[in-house]
Amino acid sequence: MHASVCDFVLDVVQNSVEAGARNVELDLVEADGRVSVRVADDGRVMTEEERARALDPFRSAGGKHPGRRVGLGLPFLEQAVREVDGEFSLESRKGGGTTLRFVLPAGHLDTPPTGDVPGLIRSALAFDGMYELRIRRRREARAGVPGTEYELSRSELAEAAGDLSGASALILVGRYLESLELPGD
Amino acid sequence: MAKMTLEDLRKLRDERKKDLGRREVEGKSVQIIVGMGTCGIAAGAKTTFDAILAAVDEFHLDKDVVIRQTGCMGLCYVEPTVEVAMPGMPATIYGKVDADVARRIVQEHVVEKTLVENHIFDRPAADILKK
Repeated sequence: MHASVCDFVLDVVQNSVEAGARNVELDLVEADGRVSVRVADDGRVMTEEERARALDPFRSAGGKHPGRRVGLGLPFLEQAVREVDGEFSLESRKGGGTTLRFVLPAGHLDTPPTGDVPGLIRSALAFDGMYELRIRRRREARAGVPGTEYELSRSELAEAAGDLSGASALILVGRYLESLELPGD
Repeated sequence: MAKMTLEDLRKLRDERKKDLGRREVEGKSVQIIVGMGTCGIAAGAKTTFDAILAAVDEFHLDKDVVIRQTGCMGLCYVEPTVEVAMPGMPATIYGKVDADVARRIVQEHVVEKTLVENHIFDRPAADILKK
């Protein structure tokens, strides 16, 4: 099981990229006592049967590894959400693409910690492939923790920092992302 | 540290380009791949990825190294896994790579060209292999 919300989110984004999505959107909001996540991609539509299969830990689409029988990413997430009475949905749109949403109550004892948001975003930007990733991030101020809000895209970061498979660019992007999590201007 | 803008990021990139005093690696083509599937993430692969980048920065190798992430490499039982390919060394898959081992891989394998013992694995799980 993953240790943080960021780990769950990275797993979902990795699924989208590995499935060949060209556009991925990630919203990560901590507000009103909830942690809300939305990952939407323009990959292929899932049938109802495929959607059910994605949540079954003992079945896998097997796209990358035809012999593999287990696929644990989404079942882990769905289980973690269920254990804290959160909300979970996985929907495919008629025009193409899939949207996954989940909401966790921040105050529940078993809700995982949010984790390392800059590290999540850096890794989500650094998968192989020509995909656009748009990120909307908001953290409401709470006792002792100032708020922050920003939007960014993979293409604008690559334009500013260079090829995101290069260590040099990723080191710079890491510093940039850490600064965005700081409070105020 | 203040919040940075994209312009700040561009300036930092330009400053790095001007820095000529960096260590050279033969061939300038070190490729490091971190397994970032469900198994890898659950075992701490993101920490491993961050530790590799920190070590690459520490040893001033950043202009010589390409870092990639991939899904499951089929070595779920020894995650996090890291593959290193570079001139003058055999392509090597390391397993059980925590932050300390990640730093050792950069220092010993990439810089000193010695294998990191007790972490070398080369055979994926049976259900990954093509029949």
